[in-house]
Amino acid sequence: MRYITLIGLLFSSFIASSQNVQMAETMRSEGKIYVVIAVLAVILVGLFLYLITIDRKVSKLEKEANI
Amino acid sequence: MRNWWKALTIILLLYTLIGGLLIPVPKQVILYESIRNLYFHVPMWFSMIFLFLMSVVYSIKGLSSNNLSHDIKAKELVNAGIIFGILGTITGSIWAKFTWGAWWVNDVKLNGSAITMLIYLAYIVLRGSLEDEQKRARISGVYNIFAFVLLLVFIGILPRMTDSLHPGNGGNPGFNNYDLDDNMKLVFYPAVIGWILLGWWIASIRIRISKVTQKLEA
Repeated sequence: MRYITLIGLLFSSFIASSQNVQMAETMRSEGKIYVVIAVLAVILVGLFLYLITIDRKVSKLEKEANI
Repeated sequence: MRNWWKALTIILLLYTLIGGLLIPVPKQVILYESIRNLYFHVPMWFSMIFLFLMSVVYSIKGLSSNNLSHDIKAKELVNAGIIFGILGTITGSIWAKFTWGAWWVNDVKLNGSAITMLIYLAYIVLRGSLEDEQKRARISGVYNIFAFVLLLVFIGILPRMTDSLHPGNGGNPGFNNYDLDDNMKLVFYPAVIGWILLGWWIASIRIRISKVTQKLEA
């Protein structure tokens, strides 16, 4: 129980301090939604690159099989 | 530039992601920010229906011409469509949990789409169980027409005739009526085109792989 209160206090101080500090960076504004966009964009671009690689591989196979 | 539409796919989907998360949406109770799922969940189903539609077009072409390459196209379009259907089901289930309160509800559209998925899985099983190429193309082609008609009934018609939690069905107003404002249309329409093109891209790769495999085996 003591530990829980301790952890709670720790977190509450975190929240309190973060409320006071205003970071005006783009990535931190709007509830950090830009971070999510960045992550999703990386995944999407990664999948696109993968798809393009597969596409090219099939093209090579088609050349070899004379289609 | 023969592959311009692939570049368009990438541009549209990146726009969907960024615009879909940033452009303001109407404030609605229950839905809140989850209304943005419209740009991702709904196009999954549109893509699936588009791929299945193209599949049945190739099945009809194959049946009328006896050209076996149409049968390969029909099969791979169904394969790609099923992936989008599975993604649509999972994303819908998550959305339902946090708006309707359960992972799965006894909604006509949910059950209808589940039945549709089973019908198309049966197409793959049926096609795989036939050895003779000509017979396989003809039987699975006929089944595919039957499957698409059932899709129209289960996803298109029945949900509109009874009560459904989905917008636009059973007396519920569609997103078009007042929810889908101009801001949302700005993202939703490009999103639908982008996801459909992605489905077409994946299906086209599957078709090409299938043709190469067939040629190498022959």
